[in-house]
Amino acid sequence: MSSTGNFRGYVAVIGLEIHAQLKTASKMFCGDSTEFEAGDNENTSPVSVGMPGTLPVVNAKAIEYSVKAGLALGCEIRKKSVFSRKNYFYPDLPKGYQISQYDEPLCEHGKVTFHLDGQNHSISITRAHMEEDAGKSIHHGEYTLINYNRSGMPLLEIVSGPDMRTPAEAAEYARTVRKILRYLDVCDGNLEEGSLRCDCNVSVRKSEQDEFGTKVEIKNVNSFRFVEKAIEFEIDRQIDAIERGEKILQETRLWDPDKNRTFAMRTKENAQDYRYFPEPDLLPVIITPEMIEKFRKDLPELPLDRAQRFMAENGLPEYDALVLTAEKEVADYFEATAKVAGNAKAASNWIMTELLRELNQAEKSIAQSPIKPQQLGQMVALIEKGTISGKIGKQVFQEMWQSGKNPEDIIKEKNLVQISDSSAIEKMIDEVLAANTQQVADYRGGRTKLFGFFVGAVMKASKGQANPDMVNKVLLEKLKG
Amino acid sequence: MIDQKTVQHIATLARLYVTESEAQEYSRQLSKILGYFEQISQVNTQGVEPLVTPTEIECFWREDVVQKELSAEEIVANAPEKTGHLFTVPPVV
Repeated sequence: MSSTGNFRGYVAVIGLEIHAQLKTASKMFCGDSTEFEAGDNENTSPVSVGMPGTLPVVNAKAIEYSVKAGLALGCEIRKKSVFSRKNYFYPDLPKGYQISQYDEPLCEHGKVTFHLDGQNHSISITRAHMEEDAGKSIHHGEYTLINYNRSGMPLLEIVSGPDMRTPAEAAEYARTVRKILRYLDVCDGNLEEGSLRCDCNVSVRKSEQDEFGTKVEIKNVNSFRFVEKAIEFEIDRQIDAIERGEKILQETRLWDPDKNRTFAMRTKENAQDYRYFPEPDLLPVIITPEMIEKFRKDLPELPLDRAQRFMAENGLPEYDALVLTAEKEVADYFEATAKVAGNAKAASNWIMTELLRELNQAEKSIAQSPIKPQQLGQMVALIEKGTISGKIGKQVFQEMWQSGKNPEDIIKEKNLVQISDSSAIEKMIDEVLAANTQQVADYRGGRTKLFGFFVGAVMKASKGQANPDMVNKVLLEKLKG
Repeated sequence: MIDQKTVQHIATLARLYVTESEAQEYSRQLSKILGYFEQISQVNTQGVEPLVTPTEIECFWREDVVQKELSAEEIVANAPEKTGHLFTVPPVV
């Protein structure tokens, strides 16, 4: 493993192809539902099973989502892009061709920036093009079963430049793309259900050598952790092969997560000869400057921009800002909480340590949180004002989590208001000192470590409600004698 | 020039079986056709944009609305072989 990009005197060159399924209600070229949970071939029609004589009609929403994604990935949007046919025979592709884009893709020349190991990394986006998904084959040895529910699902294929040098950088790039797509709400980014898929292109070359080595494509990588592991394995495998004097074959390999290694896929003869040509059943896609402006206005603030704003406006440390902006919903929650709380860092602490932990344990999303941002904000404000202590805050937080009640109501009901009345505190301290005369004598004799013991006793006597700052101050005075 | 090897390659991609004598014949015929069309490449196209479609009519896109006309049962009704609502095809791996 290397975080610097030097692997036994070799440099790795990594590029990613990410297939993002667009979050439309219907398919790319017909009205079939895109619902994931559906019976066998339930979401199909003559178009998606490739019946002769059927014609594709473009889904306007898929175009909108693709343009938005392209803009957010810093791409230029082609005013006129063209669908092409990619021809190959496979039973899950009923027409004998996939409608894709080839020499005139919708989006080109973009850039994605993210933060890793204290540095900004910029990865170029070569292109992002629209295409339709194929169906699903279920192999049974003697025969194969085909489900076309996925056939015709709208995809955006995002192709990075060969810019990455370490497995960690590649995984972080993929996470960033997912985050951006989720912020835009154009893809749900669910890797298990296959609505985001990652193919990794990996090659290695000697550090002093300029030209690229032969690249190998890894498919079937369905988590970001596996992106990292698969590339790590592949770099080692290729270096081992070269060191043994073997040649690297240009091939497609499959990642096997159980065995932690990649395997060569059976190579199809002449597989790369797709004979692309412009799809005669579809007109070119014309995107006007007005459309681009309209979509650009709709774009939300993107994760890295938002993290930087949290640092600048709210004074959050970088770590907090990155954690809170990982999901748009969490960032929204934080902003709403901080506004009410009046102390952004305190709001951030409560969300990051308490709330996210509870949500995680309960396997809930932040939208399902029983504590609403206003409520958490009010609680933080009550701590800020001194109405309750931070320690009592934890108790109130638990009550809120269980009951969903407002913090003020909980404090009133349970009588948790912090005691800041100096005469009441003095009275409690006097009682504690009177009950522990030996310790008082010891303290005055020089055992100042006993101070903590007195604080604890007073806090216990007050059921945790005494204002700790005042307890400290008054105790110190009284112990002087 | 379309030689016999190219004919065989194209036939393989198209999943067609072509005998040697057929390949020989197609090679001659296709070369002739291709030669005929190659005259087009002599036309000076400098400054002319590649033509994707002859009409510049406005694109027609549909709204993102789900439509369902046929049930899964109807979709597989004409399949030569099926298993439940799935299409059955010869093994592919």
